[in-house]
Amino acid sequence: MIRDERAWVVALLVLAAFIPVLAPMLDSPATVGLATRIVIYAIAASSLNLILGHAGLVSFGHAAYFGLGGYAVGILYAHYSSGEPFLGLIPGSNSLLVTMPAAILVGGVGAAIIGALSLRTAGVQFIMITLAFAQMLFFLFVSLKAYGGDDGLAIRRVAPVLGLNLRDAATLFWICLGLLAAWLFLMDRIARSRFGRVLAGVRQGERRMAALGVRTYFYKLVAFVIAGMGAAMAGALMVNYLRFVSPDMMAWTKSGEMMIMVILGGLGTLLGPVIGAAALVTLEYSLSGMTEHWQFVLGPILLLVVLFARGGLMGVVRRLAGRRAPEAEPPQALPAGELTPSQALPETARHG
Amino acid sequence: MALLLEQLLNGVQLGVTLFLLAAGLTLVFGIMGVINLAHGSLYMVGAYAAAVAASSTGSAVVALLAGLAAAAAVGMVVEYAVLRRLYARDHLDQVLATFGLILFFNEGMVLLFGRQPLFVNVPEALRGTVRVLPGVDYPIYRLAIIAVGLLVALGLYVLIQRTRVGMLVRAGATHREMVRALGVDVRLLYTLVFGLGAFLAGLAGVMTGPILSVQVGMGEQILILTFVVVVIGGIGSVRGALFGAVLVGLVDTVLRAYVPGLLRQVMEGSEADALGAGLASMGVYLLMALVLLVKPRGLFPAHA
Repeated sequence: MIRDERAWVVALLVLAAFIPVLAPMLDSPATVGLATRIVIYAIAASSLNLILGHAGLVSFGHAAYFGLGGYAVGILYAHYSSGEPFLGLIPGSNSLLVTMPAAILVGGVGAAIIGALSLRTAGVQFIMITLAFAQMLFFLFVSLKAYGGDDGLAIRRVAPVLGLNLRDAATLFWICLGLLAAWLFLMDRIARSRFGRVLAGVRQGERRMAALGVRTYFYKLVAFVIAGMGAAMAGALMVNYLRFVSPDMMAWTKSGEMMIMVILGGLGTLLGPVIGAAALVTLEYSLSGMTEHWQFVLGPILLLVVLFARGGLMGVVRRLAGRRAPEAEPPQALPAGELTPSQALPETARHG
Repeated sequence: MALLLEQLLNGVQLGVTLFLLAAGLTLVFGIMGVINLAHGSLYMVGAYAAAVAASSTGSAVVALLAGLAAAAAVGMVVEYAVLRRLYARDHLDQVLATFGLILFFNEGMVLLFGRQPLFVNVPEALRGTVRVLPGVDYPIYRLAIIAVGLLVALGLYVLIQRTRVGMLVRAGATHREMVRALGVDVRLLYTLVFGLGAFLAGLAGVMTGPILSVQVGMGEQILILTFVVVVIGGIGSVRGALFGAVLVGLVDTVLRAYVPGLLRQVMEGSEADALGAGLASMGVYLLMALVLLVKPRGLFPAHA
């Protein structure tokens, strides 16, 4: 099944590469923009899946790194256009070759600091503390008038990179798709490596892993940082696509949306977050085309998916295919022990 | 000095409002193990029901009853129709389902009442101010909120520590199977606890109506603060919810009142106001992070 899943991923990516060619023929040029958004969110959701699905770490602040990546691009651009170096030291830039690594670096550093502190807690406290840090960053950027505050920053047209014209919708889509492919390759390698096995072990029973002598904190932190870098990369792409960055990128609802993409698609799978991102973005797009009150419909749809499609859309696909997926990890198998209140109790309370 | 006292009272008033929400959230989580993101929606339902009842009848009593009844009823329907299917699931399923409920309720309110915020008058009997100290006048309505909040806290304490239902609730939180084996209808108990939580959320919504405008999305703004309260206080602990709520209320209010002023002494007016507002908003999250780093299970862990 794992092998099947990889084949599916490759097939989907190859098919997706034809979208910019097919869209004009089908007379729906808007499709390219929609597909670009799906691909960018797929990177973000897939990065969240690394910690959420594989390691069982429920981060409710993943949009923070998405936003940090976005603001890295936005702030560098603002200094590029004003000509004043950032903090008097770092010259601004609008080249993707500079802003993208900068965004990934900023996201990684942010995730390292927040992760190092947050990972001292577990369970619901971890959910809330990651949310708290994301909210702090959100309010910080809301209050930074120099970078647009509430209104956000506009980024004018992006310059060509390596002969690629980012102003062309198709080119930008292909760049995003290429990065998604590279990111999924990395995620697949990580999941199947020794590192990935340790993460799975942490999810299934952290105490046992610790008892085996594994420094689980270190592994969790590294995974957290990688996930932050992925989200920042997605954020940088999103700002290049929208030509705009605002604190909304790091709002808690955005974190919620990313989580929904992962759960909707299927936790701990390679393809799941991609399908989840595609499903949510497409649902939002098509429902909002039908009615202004599309959330009134989307809400119950999400509810039905939770109630009747355990394991997300990947679970449905597997059941339809009549396969039990022996190799792939059961998507809903977040350890009950990680979070349930009975487990959160100290030993004395449980037995006493 | 007068300003400080006024801000402290405002902080306590925000605190008891948060407590009403946090008590329900922490009971539901502590006892049933459900993360209910839609708790803020019940607050919104209570506020809307009261606002509509007040504007159509003009009676504050009818508005109060309508708000409480609507929130409790919607809460119990939600528990019966959705949440009871999720008790055995992991928290991620609960997060996804209740996020779906938020979208449903928010857009439902838009469909019913439009996007324009509703405004509610302070009830006739509670208008005006009262002199709490020489030179310090304070709105009666806000004092009434503080009083109601403290009474509810007392009532909850008696209910949970001194009554048979409270005993079952406490026992059900730690030894669910044992309580069930003793012949208690745990499902009904859960529905009632959820109804109680919804009732309290509705009460918070009704009382907040005349202070803030009643609008779609009001539940989410306060929901996050409520979660902060629950986590600071210690999950499952009503006492923790009270202390956490007052602490968060005070910190939030005092920072909002003073930080922009302090910043204005070192920088330009409008920038100081914006940065100050942002820093003040960050304050409670910083507080939560600090508390969790020192005491990862909150100030008053429920089962310690």
